[in-house]
Amino acid sequence: MLEVKNLHVTVDGKQILNGLDLVVNKGEVHAIMGPNGSGKSTLSYVMAGKPGYEATEGQILLDGENLLELEPDERAAKGLFLAFQYPLEIPGVATMTFLRTALNAQRKARGEAEHTTPEFLKLVRDAAAKLEINQDMLRRGVNVGFSGGEKKRNEILQMALLQPRLCVLDETDSGLDIDALKIVSEGVNRLRSPDRSMIVITHYQRLLDHIVPDVVHVLSRGRIVKTGGKALALELEAKGYAEFQDEAALAS
Amino acid sequence: MNVEVLSMKTGAELALAEAYAAAKGKLPGDGKIVALREAAFQQFEAAGLPSWRVEQWHYTDLRSLIRDVRPLAGVADAAAKARAKDAGRLVGDIDARRIVFVDGVFAPELSDLEKLSPGLTIRPMAQALASGDPLVLDNLGKVVPAEREGVIALNTALMRDGALIHVAKGATVEHPIHLVFAATGDKPSSVFTRSLVIIEQGARAMIVESHDAAAGHHVNTAIEMVVGDKAHVDHIKITAGPDDLVHVSSLMAAVGANARLNDFTFNIGGGVVRNQLFVRFDGDATVASLRGASLLKGKQHADTTLVADHKARGCQSREVFASVLDGESRGVFQGKIIVRPHAQKTDAKMMTRSLLLSETAEADSKPELEIFADDVQCGHGATAGALDEDLKFYLMARGIPENEAESLLVQAFIGEAIEGIEHAGLRDALMEHVVAWLRARGS
Repeated sequence: MLEVKNLHVTVDGKQILNGLDLVVNKGEVHAIMGPNGSGKSTLSYVMAGKPGYEATEGQILLDGENLLELEPDERAAKGLFLAFQYPLEIPGVATMTFLRTALNAQRKARGEAEHTTPEFLKLVRDAAAKLEINQDMLRRGVNVGFSGGEKKRNEILQMALLQPRLCVLDETDSGLDIDALKIVSEGVNRLRSPDRSMIVITHYQRLLDHIVPDVVHVLSRGRIVKTGGKALALELEAKGYAEFQDEAALAS
Repeated sequence: MNVEVLSMKTGAELALAEAYAAAKGKLPGDGKIVALREAAFQQFEAAGLPSWRVEQWHYTDLRSLIRDVRPLAGVADAAAKARAKDAGRLVGDIDARRIVFVDGVFAPELSDLEKLSPGLTIRPMAQALASGDPLVLDNLGKVVPAEREGVIALNTALMRDGALIHVAKGATVEHPIHLVFAATGDKPSSVFTRSLVIIEQGARAMIVESHDAAAGHHVNTAIEMVVGDKAHVDHIKITAGPDDLVHVSSLMAAVGANARLNDFTFNIGGGVVRNQLFVRFDGDATVASLRGASLLKGKQHADTTLVADHKARGCQSREVFASVLDGESRGVFQGKIIVRPHAQKTDAKMMTRSLLLSETAEADSKPELEIFADDVQCGHGATAGALDEDLKFYLMARGIPENEAESLLVQAFIGEAIEGIEHAGLRDALMEHVVAWLRARGS
C-alpha cells in the first residue's frame, strides 16, 4: 500500500527528515512515536503536500504511484487522508458545503457520479450521529466555535465520509479529554478494514490503548530508529525517548 | 497656505461645456430649475473634472481617465429597450416594483406604476422637473450640499430623468422599489440621472438601484435621500457593465432621529467606477449601516469614498466594505467619519478589507476620523492580503481542487459582507453574481 523510500525533507531550508523509510501494508495500523521535533508532523504534511515542505530526495509511493508528483487535492482523490493536529477554522464556509464539495470533488476526480442531495444528507447524518456531532455543528462554518474535541471529531467525520485508503492521524489525541478520546478512537476503529491502512502519529502511548496498532515505529531526528510490535509503545511510555535520541545522534 | 491650482481646461471639459450649452434649452424644467442648472454648471466650470490634486479624488483622477466626452444620450431605440429588460435581472427574480430608465430616460412601457400602495408616490424626475414639483424645488440639491463636488454639480446641470419617490408619514411600502438604470443604447453616450427619495416620519421602504450598461457609456448618477424621524430605509445599489464603462455615482442622505438606514453598494463590473456616499446624521439615536462589496478583475478600477457626518447625539454607524481584487485591478476605499462637537455618545466603526488574488492588483485604503466631541466611541481598521494559504491547503487536502478552494474562500470573504443585507432574495442574487464571477475567473 504505502512505501516511503529514503525520504529527505527540508522546511525553510532546514533538514527535518533524513532518509526515512517506511512500509505499511494493506489493512495495517502503524503507530509512529517520537519526541517533539523528531519530524512526526513534517512526515504527515509532506505526505499531504503542504506548501513549504520540500522533499529533496526519496519517494512516497501509494500503490506504486509517487505522491510527491501530485497536488494535495489529487493525493486526496487517490485515497490519502490527513487528520490535522490543529484543524483550521474557516468562517463563512458552511460545514455541509465543505463536506459536499470535498466528497463530490473526489468522486468526480475518480470518475464516479456525484451524490444526490438526499444520498449525501443521509451519509452525513449517519456518520455524524455516530460521532455525536449534532445538526447545529453542521450548520456552522467549518470548525468555527468548535471546541478542541469537536474539531477532532469533525476530522473523523470527514474521514468517515471520504472513505480514504490511507489515513494519517497527526496527534489526534492532543487536546482531547478522556470522553472525547473514546468517541474519536471508536470512530477510527470503526473505519479499520482489511482494505484500509492507517498511520497513527502520537507522542503518547495513551491513544494506542484505544487504537491498537499492528506495528510501532520510533521516529527520531528525521528517521525511523526502531520498529516493533505494540509492546514497544509501552516500553517507550516507561523509559521515555532519551535512549532513541542518542541512537539517532550516533547514526547521523 | 491655500493655493488655488488653475489648470487649462481639458478637451473633455470643453466638450462638456459645449454639450451643456447645446442641451440646456431642451432639458426639463424652467425658472428655478434653469437657475439651479446654471448655478451648478458654473460650479462645475470652476471646479472642473476632479483630478488627483483634489484629496477626495486622489486615487481616481477623473480628469485623466475621461479623455473623450460621449455625446448626451439620445432617444432610446427598441433594441436598447429590449436589452434593458435583461438589465433588471441583476437583482435576481425578487418581487419588486420596477421603474426602468433606458439611457437615462423613463421607459413607461417597461415600468410598473400601477396600484401604488397607500402613501407611495412615484414620478419620473423629468416630469417633476418640468412641472416644478414642490418636493423637487424644496429638496433637490439641498439634502447634503456637497460643496465643490464637480461631478455632482455636473449632474445637477445635465440631469435629465430619474425617479422622484415619496413615502408618506407612517406608510410602509411592502415590496422593494427597483430602479433599473440601463444605459443600453448602441451608441456610446453620456447619461445623467438624478433621483430624489423622501421617506417621511415613521415610514418604511426599500429602494434597489441596479445599473447596467452597454459598451462605451459614461454614466453620472446621483440620488438624494431624506429619511425622516423613525423611518426605516434599505437602499441597495448594484453596478455592472463592460470594461469601458465609466460610472460615477453619488448618494446624499440626510437622516432624522431614531431612524434606520441600511445601505449596501455592490460592484461587479465597469472600467472605472466611483461610488461616493455622503450621509449626514441630523437626528439623535439613529442607527445606520453603510456597507459594500466589490469584485474587480482585469484593469477595473473601483473607488468608494464616503463621509459619515455625525451631527446628532447617540447615533450608531457601521461602515464595512470588502473588495476582491484580481488581475491588475485597483480597489480604493476612502472613508471619513466626522463627529461634530454636539454629537456626543456617537458610536461609529469603520472597517475595510481587501483580498488580493493576484500579485498585480492594488488596494488603497484611507480611513479618517475627525472627532470634535469627547464622549464617543469611534474606530477604524483596514486589512489587505492574499488568500490564507493554510486554509487553502486544508481544503485541498480534502480533495478540493485549487480553483474551487479559492472560490470557496472568496465566497466566504464576500459572504460575510453580503450577510448584512436583510432581504434574503437579494442576498442570494448577489451571491449568485459572486459565484458566476468566480466561475468566469476559473475558466
